[in-house]
Amino acid sequence: MPENLLPTGHRRIEQMRMQGIVKKFPGVLAVDHVDFDVKAGEIHALLGENGAGKSTLMKILYGLYHPEEGHIYLNDQSVVIRSPNHAIQHGIGMIHQHFMLVPSLTVAENVALGLKSSRGLILDLEVVSKRIRELSEIYGLQVNPNSPIWQLAVGEQQRVEILRALYRGAALLILDEPTAVLTPQEVDDLFRILNQMTADGHALIFISHKLHEVLAISHRITVLRDGKRVYSIPAESATKEMLAQMMVGRPVVLRYDLPPIEPGPALLRLEGVCATSDRGDEGLKNVSLNVHAGEIVGVAGVSGNGQRELAQVIAGMRSITAGKIWLNNDDVTSHSPAAMNQHGLSHIPEARMTDGVIKNFTVAENFVLQNHGRKPYAWGGLFMNFRSITRQCKTAIKDYEIKTPSHETPIKSLSGGNIQKLVLARELSRQPRVLIAAQPTRGVDIGASEYIHHRLLEERTKGTAILLISEDLDEILALSDRIVVMYEGAIVGAVKRDAADVRTLGLMMAGSKVTV
Amino acid sequence: MITDILKASVAASAIRLATPYIFASLGETFGQRSGVLNLGVDGIMLLGAFAAYYAVFETGNLLLGVLAALIVGMLLGLAMAFISVTLQAEQGISGIGLYLFGLGLSELLFQKTVVTPTPIDGFPRVNLPILTDLPVLGEIFFHHNLLVYVAFALVPISAFVLNRTTFGLQIRAVGQNPEAADAMGISVARVRYMTVTLGGGFAGLAGASLSIALLNIFQSNLTSGQGFIAVALVYFGAWRPYWVMGGALLFSTVNALQLQVKTIENALGINVPSEFAVMAPYVVTIITLIFASKRVEQPTALTKPFERGES
Repeated sequence: MPENLLPTGHRRIEQMRMQGIVKKFPGVLAVDHVDFDVKAGEIHALLGENGAGKSTLMKILYGLYHPEEGHIYLNDQSVVIRSPNHAIQHGIGMIHQHFMLVPSLTVAENVALGLKSSRGLILDLEVVSKRIRELSEIYGLQVNPNSPIWQLAVGEQQRVEILRALYRGAALLILDEPTAVLTPQEVDDLFRILNQMTADGHALIFISHKLHEVLAISHRITVLRDGKRVYSIPAESATKEMLAQMMVGRPVVLRYDLPPIEPGPALLRLEGVCATSDRGDEGLKNVSLNVHAGEIVGVAGVSGNGQRELAQVIAGMRSITAGKIWLNNDDVTSHSPAAMNQHGLSHIPEARMTDGVIKNFTVAENFVLQNHGRKPYAWGGLFMNFRSITRQCKTAIKDYEIKTPSHETPIKSLSGGNIQKLVLARELSRQPRVLIAAQPTRGVDIGASEYIHHRLLEERTKGTAILLISEDLDEILALSDRIVVMYEGAIVGAVKRDAADVRTLGLMMAGSKVTV
Repeated sequence: MITDILKASVAASAIRLATPYIFASLGETFGQRSGVLNLGVDGIMLLGAFAAYYAVFETGNLLLGVLAALIVGMLLGLAMAFISVTLQAEQGISGIGLYLFGLGLSELLFQKTVVTPTPIDGFPRVNLPILTDLPVLGEIFFHHNLLVYVAFALVPISAFVLNRTTFGLQIRAVGQNPEAADAMGISVARVRYMTVTLGGGFAGLAGASLSIALLNIFQSNLTSGQGFIAVALVYFGAWRPYWVMGGALLFSTVNALQLQVKTIENALGINVPSEFAVMAPYVVTIITLIFASKRVEQPTALTKPFERGES
């Protein structure tokens, strides 16, 4: 095989350089004079918080956005990338965070999408399937070309994305948060594939905010913050602590010491709870669970294995088909959300923007969403007491360090982290006995995540029973006294904090029975 | 004996009357598969019907009539595409606007030109060698005008285009996940412009099939809502050309029975109020739509404008 060719038969990109890239959106400088480069046979990680400009920079490289200033060089030749099509022609591929697949179409159809057919106007799916099988062989990416996408697991769908990029001759591949939805084992699989690709001469850009993954897979690391490049370093001389500090701009605590607490009585009890999912199948299968006062129980699992249904059932948002639920020793089975709240439950919902707040309402209105009809926010349950609402909300804004122009700002113009802090302020202001925290830091920057974690630990010290549902295994491991793992709607395992390790949890998340 | 003849004539007219439904709902299928709901089909049909009628009225040339309907339909489809794709207007409302525009303009033009409904010589029935002379079957299947055959021929062609061609794959992808199609280098706007314009052309042909092939006349509100039933048929047929054709035949059978209601009454010796017969197609529309469930083919991006945004 000639020097400059990849196993797919396409040309290598020896070097890609972006120089002085500037991209403005109305009101924000998203990317501010950033230089970035990657070479063949190398994984260059791009690290940064939400809104740091990582995705924007990469969308420029992929032709989805056009920069106001700056140049892109491929093999020292200046190029202008006008569209994704154009990027593909140049050998640049991108695996998006949200997969760009059409669920109702098959693997082969998704790969053929937008490509010229060897039979002119008529589809040549047999030819496409044959080539998919060849590429599967070369890179060890097992996938059936005739399966419809919706039938595939998330990890398999990602393989389809990678195959499609390779099919199109991608020599440089951009991976936008590729591990966000994978189990630890699937991550291992992905890393094996990525290592093989670099060995074969591909250039890879790996976007992430997970520090240990970045350290494990990449050769070089570049950190972006507020649209600027703040740091570039070879991976072997980087540490988690310094990277976190670069990302946030100040020292960050990555581990928490949980003060030992003698757990109190079980405040939340579930016994044999079953529920139907939105798809109409068994969303929860015979779930039994206790959460004691002063205890954080973490619920781990790959997205879509019943965590959402579990939170909704406890919050009274989804009806159950069998089983019983107790709050504070009161039978609250099939009670409404309002009744659950009366029994001392607070809920930080997973779908923040739809279930947590009303987007077009102001900060203050969202703050009193549940208690607006009660003292001190209303007189006689009818007339709203705006002076009291304003006062209480302003206190919360100060206490919870919520960054907002005023309490009358529509909530939708706040950042994810600040919206989540407001939800937290509202839920904790009711002084709950039981707290459900579902994905409390998803899409929230490190600074706010850290703050939310501290608040949860404070609640634990106060003796609140906390159920922490998260797809972020690091978060679960950092905060939980006990961890239960959900798979296909059932609890498949439970481990104590000290006995928990990523490998065992990963196996359980993938459905294997593990005894600890 | 009488009932046999009746059955044959009901079946034959059911096939004939399916023509406008098939044209219009196949066109609508293309648009909806790509994510655009065009509720203005009836308005396009009316203007297409008038264009065809007027061209034949003035020149006597039937092909010119078909061409006029096709062009008028495509221009209106193009307008709908501009409104819904480029301007990203709410599709349901703009479709109703297009319908009212077609309804009003077709009547205005008719009043300014022809004034009184005057019959014209439309497409004659084609006599096929041997086939037409077959007993019963010949009358049912092989004694129709040209546009009937064109409509039925378009069914397998549409299915082939949607399922077997690169363009069809693009249409399906754009209707299901426009972001993915965009990321794969497909122009979502281009695909939608093409399907909606094509759908407009088909709706124009549907109008022509009424005014110069089935009824051979034009009058105010000639379609009496058939374009809306065509939209419903697309849902009923779950966005598949063959199923849509099945739906069209079901409705045209109801229509045919309605036209023959007096003959049927005489044959069976019963009496049905004519209002019920007129209501029948619409009642059937509602009932069937209740039972037509959502399916995999339902374009998830239907009625949603696409804008390349931040995710």
